[in-house]
Amino acid sequence: MSDALLSVEDLRVRFATDDGIVHAVDGISYTVETGQTLGIVGESGSGKTVSSLTTLGLTRAPNTTIEGRIMFDGRDLVSLRDDELRGIRGNEIAMIFQDPLSSLHPFFKVGKQLMEAVLTHRDVGKAAARARAVELLELVGIPDPDRRVDQFPHEFSGGMRQRVMIAMALANEPKLLIADEPTTALDVTVQAQILALLDDLQARLGMAIIVITHDLGVVAEITDQIAVMYAGRIVERASTEAIFGSPQHPYTWGLLKSIPRLDTPRDEELVPIAGRPPSLIRRPSGCFFHPRCPYVRDSHKRIDPKLEPITGDPGHSAACLLSTEVRGRIWRGLQEGEAPGQLRHLVVEEDQPVRAHAAHHSPAAEVTAEEATSEDGS
Amino acid sequence: MAAGSNGANLLEVRNLVKHFPITRGIIFQKQIGAVKAVDDISFDVKRGETLGIVGETGCGKSTTAKLLVRLLDPTSGTILFEGQDVAAGGKDELKGLHRQMQMVFQDPYSSLNPRKTVGSIIGEPFAIHGLLKGSGERRKRVQELMDRVGLNPEHYNRFPHEFSGGQRQRIGVARAIALEPKLLVADEPVSALDVSIQAQVLNLLRNLQREMGLTLIFIAHDLSVVRHMCDRVAVMYLGKVVEVAPSDELYSFPRHPYTGALLSAVPVAKPSGARRRERQLLTGDVPSPANPPRACRFHTRCPKAQELCSQEEPLLELKSGHDLAACHFPLTESEVKLRLPTALSSTNASTNAHGAGAAADQSSSSSST
Repeated sequence: MSDALLSVEDLRVRFATDDGIVHAVDGISYTVETGQTLGIVGESGSGKTVSSLTTLGLTRAPNTTIEGRIMFDGRDLVSLRDDELRGIRGNEIAMIFQDPLSSLHPFFKVGKQLMEAVLTHRDVGKAAARARAVELLELVGIPDPDRRVDQFPHEFSGGMRQRVMIAMALANEPKLLIADEPTTALDVTVQAQILALLDDLQARLGMAIIVITHDLGVVAEITDQIAVMYAGRIVERASTEAIFGSPQHPYTWGLLKSIPRLDTPRDEELVPIAGRPPSLIRRPSGCFFHPRCPYVRDSHKRIDPKLEPITGDPGHSAACLLSTEVRGRIWRGLQEGEAPGQLRHLVVEEDQPVRAHAAHHSPAAEVTAEEATSEDGS
Repeated sequence: MAAGSNGANLLEVRNLVKHFPITRGIIFQKQIGAVKAVDDISFDVKRGETLGIVGETGCGKSTTAKLLVRLLDPTSGTILFEGQDVAAGGKDELKGLHRQMQMVFQDPYSSLNPRKTVGSIIGEPFAIHGLLKGSGERRKRVQELMDRVGLNPEHYNRFPHEFSGGQRQRIGVARAIALEPKLLVADEPVSALDVSIQAQVLNLLRNLQREMGLTLIFIAHDLSVVRHMCDRVAVMYLGKVVEVAPSDELYSFPRHPYTGALLSAVPVAKPSGARRRERQLLTGDVPSPANPPRACRFHTRCPKAQELCSQEEPLLELKSGHDLAACHFPLTESEVKLRLPTALSSTNASTNAHGAGAAADQSSSSSST
């Protein structure tokens, strides 16, 4: 792991607002190596976008506190001066944003916007920059690049605009590409094209990629490692195979079980995660996931779990207070179609001393009445 | 497709067309063309079933939804709802029809009036139709509805901004079922929601459908969600219906190459093998509906296109089982096997009926009272 290109160490980002301090990112660590793809998965408000914006220094503001280190190629991005960071941003680290329409300037030709990316960081003439722009459009598979380079963003379709965004990000051959929900605004057919393009570009250019998404299907196809974020923290981190093969955290189970899939029987009931994500200003005590967790025990409301390697697999970490053995049994049960309520006895049995208390606390009781909005038992 | 009224069908759509004019000039407007959003589609919706409509952006699925409940006036064609033509009715007839057909919209943020309380939003249908005039009576009914869709009835006087996206969508559903309609048209009801919340709303719709015997038209671009929800699926491309089939048949053995391409593009949440599967990627974008390709509209992007496809328009015909497709050269079994994830064909039997309700008791039931 010594040759990590990007290494985020105990990063914390807090925003001071009128309502209180928002703990957007709360002590996350991860690494990305050259040629690897990391997926960061989580719901809106889980801190996944803030963590990568911080990597690019885009969260610097008077009301923001940033702690921890972001080591990139031997430099700490957190402590770099703004002008030093500008030399890296768009050059060595590039980012693709979710909405390609609002990320492109509607008044300027696509070619001019691409040339700007080149001219900012390279000492080249306009003609050379333009030639580079055409070359980039060709690289991302836009037909007829010589003509398209002189068109405006509104003349491109959604998928083509996202290709332009990718071309712009690749202008200076970055070592790290951060793609924030690169396909969320696109149709499935176009999504498949864009994912194939990213995969292909990585093979050819050998960069590292971080893909931020809420769609586990997207990350399954193109990532090597996955970090699952919840309420500003990483709750599980493992190889893509392990996340799908033997997920360890109840939140990850929730994500996997709440999306309908093409390869499961059609009548299979979806198991939603009850309630909704917590406020990042007034966070729950103990394990942040406990108000929504079907396997909660009394002690989980007090003890804050650490992200630790699970027994038997040092490459797979989870922040959960249940034992690895119990988690394995619950996941197997879920796989067989049992409901979380039916599997709760596994948790209670494990911890005899608190059984008396736990018995009174059905998972539903932990969810406030307002939030117990999941499907009615018919 | 047999014409004529049939007791099993709640809705019969025949030759429905919607063209939006493209005009030039500001004072003297002159029509110079038309966007053919929906161009001659016909289908039936059976009583109590869920019909899914899928397709890419701009294929006309939302326009179809709006035409069905007559939020848009069709250019031509008929929509028979229990034998009554939705497309022809006047204002009074429409009011009666709207008691029986309601819509749930895509964006839970812009489809609720921010200045009204949740109670008055859900109670609005009663006000419009002059029902439950006593305010105590109406309030009681609205609170019943809120409870039914999983909202806390005590939040009667709150405003939409006080609710999360998933809860707002529940408000939209409560408003739609207030008059106990026979038909509910849901246009992308979950695409604006987070994954963990999507499942809550999908389960709610399914349970309501079972309990109230609703007929549901479910429009979405997410093929796995549509498969989960729908009994039958219609696939649209550039204003045309290109394939209609029962879900199990459509997903295990699609006949139209466009359906095949859509299915092939769905990401599979299973890493092993997903990377290696031979994908049939569609190249290019959807052509402009203002100037669609001649004959078969898909021939410009179709991997199987031949001479005939650009000359003669294929009709929607029975290809196999209950599968209607509009294609001269439908996919064969071996092509389907090659292009679609193997998992698809292996689970096509879909015999699994267990777990239907078993999972329902997981964590709620405490919201009442």
